[in-house]
Formats: sequence, C-alpha cells, structure tokens
Amino acid sequence: MNKSVEILVVGGGPAGLAAAAAAKEAGVKAEDILIVERDRELGGILNQCIHNGFGLHTFKEELTGPEYAQRYAEKVQAAHIPYLLQTIVVDIRTGDGKDKGVCGTKYVTAMNKQEGIFTVEAGAVVLAMGCRERSRGALNIPGYRPAGIYSAGTAQRYVNIEGRMPGKEVVILGSGDIGLIMARRMTLEGAKVKLVAELMPYSGGLKRNIAQCLDDFGIPLKLSHTVVDIDGKERVKGVTVAQVDENRRPIAGTEEYISCDTLLLSCGLIPENELSAGLGVELNPVTAGPVVNESLETNVEGVFACGNVLHVHDLVDYVSEEAESAGRNAAEYALRRKPETGQGQQRAEKESAEICDMADAGRSAEAKIQDGLAVDGDEAPNSAAKQGSGIAVKTGRGVRYTVPSVLRPQYMQEEQVIRFRVGEVCREVELVVYFDGAPVMRMKKRIMVPAEMEQVKLKKENIEKHPGLKEIQIAVEQA
Amino acid sequence: MYDAIIIGAGVSGCAVARELSRYEMKVAVLERASDVCEGTSKANSGIVHAGYDAEPGSKKAFLNIQGSRRMEALSEELDFPYKRNGSLVLCFEESDREKLQELLERGRKNGVEELRILEREELTKLEPNISEEAVAALYAPTGGIVCPFGLTVALAENACVNGVEFHLDTEVQSVEKMEKGYRVESSKGVFESKAVVNAAGVYADAFHNMVSAKKLQITPRKGEYCLFDKTLGDYVSCTVFQLPTKYGKGVLVTPTVHGNLLVGPTAEDIADKEGVNTTGDGLEDVLKRGGYSVQKIFAGKVITSFAGLRAHEAGDDFVIGEPEDAEGFIDVAGIESPGLTCAPAIGEYVAELVRKRIPAAKKTDFIAKRKGIPSVALADEAQRREFIRKNPAYANVICRCELVTEGEIMDAIHRPVGATTLDGVKRRTRAGMGRCQAGFCAPKTVEILARELGKDMAQIRKNAGESTFFAGYSKEG
Repeated sequence: MNKSVEILVVGGGPAGLAAAAAAKEAGVKAEDILIVERDRELGGILNQCIHNGFGLHTFKEELTGPEYAQRYAEKVQAAHIPYLLQTIVVDIRTGDGKDKGVCGTKYVTAMNKQEGIFTVEAGAVVLAMGCRERSRGALNIPGYRPAGIYSAGTAQRYVNIEGRMPGKEVVILGSGDIGLIMARRMTLEGAKVKLVAELMPYSGGLKRNIAQCLDDFGIPLKLSHTVVDIDGKERVKGVTVAQVDENRRPIAGTEEYISCDTLLLSCGLIPENELSAGLGVELNPVTAGPVVNESLETNVEGVFACGNVLHVHDLVDYVSEEAESAGRNAAEYALRRKPETGQGQQRAEKESAEICDMADAGRSAEAKIQDGLAVDGDEAPNSAAKQGSGIAVKTGRGVRYTVPSVLRPQYMQEEQVIRFRVGEVCREVELVVYFDGAPVMRMKKRIMVPAEMEQVKLKKENIEKHPGLKEIQIAVEQA
Repeated sequence: MYDAIIIGAGVSGCAVARELSRYEMKVAVLERASDVCEGTSKANSGIVHAGYDAEPGSKKAFLNIQGSRRMEALSEELDFPYKRNGSLVLCFEESDREKLQELLERGRKNGVEELRILEREELTKLEPNISEEAVAALYAPTGGIVCPFGLTVALAENACVNGVEFHLDTEVQSVEKMEKGYRVESSKGVFESKAVVNAAGVYADAFHNMVSAKKLQITPRKGEYCLFDKTLGDYVSCTVFQLPTKYGKGVLVTPTVHGNLLVGPTAEDIADKEGVNTTGDGLEDVLKRGGYSVQKIFAGKVITSFAGLRAHEAGDDFVIGEPEDAEGFIDVAGIESPGLTCAPAIGEYVAELVRKRIPAAKKTDFIAKRKGIPSVALADEAQRREFIRKNPAYANVICRCELVTEGEIMDAIHRPVGATTLDGVKRRTRAGMGRCQAGFCAPKTVEILARELGKDMAQIRKNAGESTFFAGYSKEG
C-alpha cells in the first residue's frame, strides 16, 4: 500500500466511491488515490437497502441499493483505485510546516487488523463518512430501557444482512424514509406494524415511500404524535403514544397504549463529523455538516466533503452527483498543489504558507465544537470571511440551509448547483434568488416539503454580470 | 457449607467479597441479575463525595471519609477510572450563606480536609460557565468522580481471582436460620452458609425480615439523570452541587470520568422496587434544575437518560451489622448516597464483622493487584501499537463513537466474572456508550458475544431475563 497519496477518501459508500472515480477521471493516477472503508465491503449503508428505487436519475432505471453501490464499486475496481476494507480512520491532521509535518499535507491515521496502526500522507482528503441515526437517548423518550428498541437502520441491518427478525409486533416512531421502508420490510417478513407515529404535522419521508410502504399495506400514519412512555423491563411490552400540540408537547388525555415487542426509531440522521471536527473543520449547526464553498471544500484547505457527511440527502443520485463534483475538485486541487516543476514547487510553497495561516481559523472552529457551543438551533455561521473572498450564499425566509454557503466565481463551473431544504411544508410559493437584495430569479413551486432536498442552478455567466456581488440569498415567498 | 454467602453483586457486595477474599474462607456471591453492577450501583452520580454532607457521628459520615481517602489508592491497585476533580456547593442567595457556613463546619467536624468558601470572583475563575446567580460556594478539593461500573467490576474480578464464587442469574428466594448458620434457597439451588451478608440493595429489607423480628423497610427513591455528549465534558470541571433552595433539594452537574457531562438526580419515593423507568416530568425537572447551576443546559446534546433507585431507610443512615436476633446475618442495607464512595470502607468494615463470627487466617497468596482492560481510546500511539502487536483484534474498531475494539470486547468476555450480555460489554468497555448509543456497534457486539461464548445470536441478551434481541429469522413469517 502506498503510504503517500494525492487523494485520500474517507468512506467507501456511494459518496466515497463516486468521489474517487471522479478524481481518477479528472486526471489523478489510480495509485495516487486511496479509499478507506470501515466495513467488510464497499457500498456503505446501501448494502442493507435491498429495496428498489435507486438510480432513477443517474441510470434511468430502478436499482436496489446493493445494485446501485455495485455499479460504483465496479467503476472503482475497473479503474484500479486502491481501497482498504475493515479499516477505520482515527485521526486526520494537517502538517504545520514545523515539527508536525509538511505544511498543508494531511496526515491520516488509520487502523486495521492486517497493518495495525498506520499513517498515510495525503495532498487532499475527501470526507465521505456518511451519517448516523438519532438514538432513543438523544430523543430523550421516557420509560424503561428494555431490549427491543432499535433505530430503523439497525433493524434493517438485522433483517437484511443478518437474516434476523428484531420482533413481531412493531411500532415505528418517526416517518423518515428508513422507517417507512422498514414498515414495509417488517410487514413482508410477517411482522405486524401497528402504527407509524410522526412528531411533526408532516412526514419526514418521501411521498412515494408513504404510498408504497404504508398506504399499500394499510399501515396507519399518525402525524403530530409521539411516544411518551416505553413499557417492559426486559423486552418491550408496549408503548404509549400521545398527540402533540403545535409546540410538539404531548397533550394530556390523548395517550393511547399500544402493545408491541419492538419500537423502531426513524427520527432523523446526523452527519458523522467527529473526524472533521478533530481536524478543525467548521460545521454548520443546521446541517451538522461542514461549511463548504462552491468546490465543496471546507475551511481547511484541501479537505472536501460530500454525501451525507456534508448534509443528509434523501436520494442517493444526488449524493453521487455531489460526490463526483467533490472528487473532481479534490483532483484539481491535488494536481495544482503537486510540485512537479520548479515553478510548481514555488507555487506549492506559497500556497502551503497560506494554508498554515488559515489553520488558526480551523482551530477556533474545533475549539467551538469542543466547547459545545455549536449546538442545534444556533444560527448558521457566516463563513464568508473564513473562506476568503467570495460571495456569501445566505438563507432567506423559509430556507433552513444552503450547500454551498460561499461561491468564489473564479473556481465555479459553468453551472453551480445550490442544494437546500425548506423548514416547513409550503404550497403555491415562489422560490426567489436575490443578488445583493435584488430578485434575479423567480420560480413557481406548487409544493415544497422539508423531506425533499431542493436545488437551484446558478449560471456562472449570470454571476459574472454582477461584478462586486457580495451576497446571494435564496428565499421562499408566497406567490 | 460456605463460610459466607453475599446476597447481591452491587458495589457493596463486591467490596465485601473482595475484602473477604483476603482470608481462607469459602465465599459465594449470589446475584439475580445476569451481571454484577446491575442495580443501584449502575445508575447513580458516580461521585466520590468529600464527606461534608453526612450527620457527624453517623455511619455515613465515618465511612464516607474513609472511603473517600481510600479511593485513589484503590483505583491504582485495581485499575479503574477515578479522578479527584473537586466539588462545589453553590449558594444562590445571600440569605443562604449561613447554610453554606454550616455545611463547612459540618464537613470540618467530619474530617474533610481543605474545605473553604469561594467568593463569586474566585468561583467564576474556577468555573467560567457557572450560573450568574451563584453568589458563593463551598469548595471541597478532595471531592472526586469514579466510574461506578469500573469500580464494581474491578472489585468483582479481583474477588473472583482470589477464589470467591460468583453465581449470576441466581435469585435468592428465601433465607432461613438453621441451628448453625443459614440456609439460602435460590433459583439455582440451595446454599448453606455460616454467615450471610445482605447487600441486596432495595431488597435488603425482604431478606432482613426473613431472619429478624426487628423489621426493616427500604424505600426505593428514584433518581433520574440526563447524560450529555462528550463535547460538553469540560463545561464544568468540578462536581457542582446546589444548596437546597425554595425549589427543593438540588441536582448536580458534573463531568464524568469518561468525559461526558451528567445532570441529575431527581428524588422521588416510589413503591415499585423495579421502577427504573424515566418519566417525562422527571427528565424535564432534571434539565430545569441543572440549569440553575450553569449558564446554559444544552438539551440538544443529551445522548441518553436513565433512572436509578437509591435504597433509602427511614433512619437516614446506613444499616450495617447484625440484627440482635440474627447472629451471623450481616445487613449492608440502606446504602444510598454516599454509598459508592463508602464501598471500599464498607468492604473492610463488613469483612471485619464477618471475621468476628468466622475467624480465618489471611491468605498468603492473595493477589491484590488487578489490571483493567487496556483502552485503545485512552492509549497513545505507541501503546496502541503495542496492544495491536499482542493481538491484532485491537486494531478492529467495533464502537466508533468511543473507539472500542474487538480486542477489548474479547477481553471483557473472557475475564473472570466476564461479560455475557450487551450491557455487560458496554459497562466494561464503553462500546455503545457514545453518541450513537450502540446503533452501529450493537449488531457487531452481539455477533462477537455469540462467537466467543459459543452461542447463537438469538441467545445473547441485553441484560437480564428475556431481554433478547430477535424473534426468529427473516423469511419465516
């Protein structure tokens, strides 16, 4: 294995695979790329998503999760891009140009059974670690703590990978897509899914999943409901479900006891950014993912992010698309940085010096996370300053976040995709893009829902027509 | 015939077992749960109290000071996490200063060293995130924090290595006085013993009342807690208590030895001795009261919540010793706070009581030292390399949140009184204790448990009784 690479990709799921393949296509040699994957095979969480519906955008056909993953795994294998399995990255740091390594070089420490603990030097790093599920503990659901409470993804793994049934009588809290998929899956495997309860007044999952996974099987969905108590000292015996008011507080008198042996939780996904935080990557408290610029590069130069570690997606097609962009940008960065000629060397050194100047900004972000100040509900940081000169992309009314949040026109592609989510269900609205306060684009939308990621495409030529542009804002307004 | 049967493998029972294992005695611990440390010992604040709280002259006061003084040396001898982080009692009203002064004086009477009052300026220097309402505080630099699982497991392992039998999943049903000694009937058969140590936590009254006419009543006093993410582990450095106020008895805010933040407990007397459920009101109360002590409670950073039952006895002191009418039956009852702190002292004290009845010589081959499971998370790179060189499984990370490896889990399973359940692994290694709360590692840990114990995954339990994970195979329905 090469202990020094141009691009190291952390994670071999759909994001990591697409990023690596795109980096190769952009001109980085296969042996200068390395994918590090913690599981037994490539493909990430898609390997347990055996239902179909993947790839409609990318391949214009309906694939299962493993099939979709396989296409990208084969691409990586055909390109001879090296990868390590059952290997976990435990630390990433940037050299400081002094006693702790070459300035700007990333030092990635990983562990596996074959090689023990080892460090790989990388010019660029692509973060593609994915996300985890919100746990019962994080939801702070009262009651006993028996066996039989699973996050929907854990249950999915048990059923689809281990071939085990987590239970026979099921209540599902949360209508996220994995929960909906598991409602159908458990039903097909002979379990009785008694109810899906959703805290919010709208579903957290895709419309098609509500139809295909609940409606088709007669599984009731109760909106504005939550679990207020869990019964059973050894194994779950039942749960108490209650209606909630507009402040999401249980309404006394609406409690209903439902006997069951299993409670599945599908209450949101959280990007896994512990490694990123350790590296000094600034995180957006709204997405819990890195703050990135148009190149999907974080505040730590040469560190890119894509897929669910950046922000949680609902369709893997967009993960692949985003990851390909991150991979290409990482490749460009790595090739630019590579000191092949004398001139290149000089430029590399100059850029390295700049990177080290920027390192302090990164550390302050880490300190903020360590202090626990970057918590849910905080304002999204204004990162334009830290990203150097650039156009800030701001959230307007109704928009929770945008990815990216800074654009540097000189690095933009001809067309720049801005992905975002709305904060609540909105009907008959207009999506408006403002350039320094002046509306430049209006698009009518019949309906927009928080469960479905939205996007707008900005043309580089339009932005270049506004020299000195400081701020782009995206807002949802009544039509 | 056993020399001593100990009912209950909580921290008190295990401490007594470890002390008795120094002597030539046949000792067994009977525990109804599937593991040690499954009752009150697993769900508490993890505090080593300095000793200013208890009434001077009480057993609590004496054993607290002794326990607090011994904890550090014991943590080195038995290799469990302990830290002397100091404790503070916040005073929120000028009019309450008198109470603070009383506490200081009581502490001095009890023999607590280095106690002093901090004024606001000094207090905020020590704890920048402390509430703006706090006017002063009692500071006890000798206060500490300990891993309650680590302490209990260490005591049990060491007792086991020195010959004490541990019978788990063994529920005592009755204790009967015989002409000489006691007949203890359990779900796993009958044990006869010269002496019985009753360390049964909230059930200590039941066993006591089987042999003594002088009845005892233990009331389960529920305490609910919220545990916060490690990003908040240094939000406070000391354990921060509150003087009782008009809002009632306060809750504490403390770092844990593992770097989380813990807030709690509530205090509610309940009837159900199995009532370890949390409640919506209780958890809300914890967050609200915790908020009095610090500038902000980050509710979104809670990673789990839990409830424990303190074994409260009406006399408000520990009940340790023989009832007048039951020679050789030694109660270790009513061990509520500061019971965890007292455990090392309780162990010695009770062992002496047993030895008065059952004289025995000291073992010449007693092994005093115990080495804990090496932690990859806490090790530096050179140490990690060394662990991995000895066993490559130490490079296979199973719990990514807490960085726990297959090697550590295998070690936890194969130790004396080893882990057989998911919770057992969790409490010994921290696998599943992190922010994803075992979402990713549970399937892998269950698989390792099954493999190492030669069982099917369907037989592996979360903890006690019927707490299994599966209802058959897919494609059966």
